[in-house]
Amino acid sequence: MPHIAVNNELAGIRGLLNFRPETAEPLGDLANILLRDTEGLSPAERELIATYVSYLNDCFYCHNSHGAIACIYLGGEMAEGDANAVVDAVRADPESAPITDKLKALLAIAGKVQRSGKAVLPEDIERARATGATDKDLHDTVLIAAAFCLFNRYVDGLAANTPADLSSYEPRARQVAERGYGKHIFSLQQPVR
Amino acid sequence: MAHIDLGNDLPGIRGPMAYSPATARPLNELAEVLLRSDDNSLSRGERELIGAYTSSLNDCFFCQNVHGSLAQHYLGCDMATIDAIKLDPQQGPISDKMKALLPIAAAVQRGGRHVTTGLVEKARDEGATDREIHDTVLIAAAFCMYNRYVDGLATWAPQDRQVYVDRAPRRAGEGYIDFDLYK
Repeated sequence: MPHIAVNNELAGIRGLLNFRPETAEPLGDLANILLRDTEGLSPAERELIATYVSYLNDCFYCHNSHGAIACIYLGGEMAEGDANAVVDAVRADPESAPITDKLKALLAIAGKVQRSGKAVLPEDIERARATGATDKDLHDTVLIAAAFCLFNRYVDGLAANTPADLSSYEPRARQVAERGYGKHIFSLQQPVR
Repeated sequence: MAHIDLGNDLPGIRGPMAYSPATARPLNELAEVLLRSDDNSLSRGERELIGAYTSSLNDCFFCQNVHGSLAQHYLGCDMATIDAIKLDPQQGPISDKMKALLPIAAAVQRGGRHVTTGLVEKARDEGATDREIHDTVLIAAAFCMYNRYVDGLATWAPQDRQVYVDRAPRRAGEGYIDFDLYK
């Protein structure tokens, strides 16, 4: 049960955003810019960074939500089963996952940011640059990882409602993939299968 | 030196904010609503103190001095008082409600799951409302982002702490949205 009185019809962060729309607005804007920007990293790569950091933070709601969104984006490039396998492999061990060397190096940086900003060392940055990462890729990776250290703590710190049924995550993920982040995700009309 | 070429030599978060104005906007809007909006039953000083305390737990020199100085400005105390609260909130000259909210912020800093029902009940016993508990959690969570953004890109920070104290009145007056990053 959540630590504060939220609308229990809304899953995870959606209930919290609905509780405090004034903070929901900049949080939604930040998510849209960081996760749906198509310059540099793809939306799928951005969602994979979000999924990995959320998994490291042990946030069940966030890593399943963003894993499902990553799957939808990856589904445009490969079979659904293969997309699921990529997301699972990234959670388990990015270094052995079937992803580019650049994304492996960026996920290593995201993993450092999850522990502490100070854990990111010049050699981590050099490794990413050697695989073709630009300043913008590095900036966005650090800020996506940092932002999920916010979102994960927000969700679990207030003990937000976390659906245990994994099949319930796909309709919400599809809504985000199609319409982005914003007020519609915490309106009372929630997507159902 | 910062890990990436920010195209400016601004200190702390102002460097990456000037580098990336598109993300700076919501980051600053969030700070304005959480820390400075007057539509809040926690005072500006109390909210800045939560930010400074979380930043000190994250060992982020720039953020704990910017927000510690703002707390000092709003609360009308000296730097030693802010330092003492960061070291041990329970001994500080703050309300019992703040003494119950700061441990929630500390739990959030370690990880969301560390916020227990017991910590929340203690805060309620001291008069904290749902919205105050919400804002405490979100302020602490937000500083877990800001601190990592600042240190994860290896930005530089003025080492003279008086610099931050001197800037605080201007930041308090201008707020987080309508200010010139370059000044």
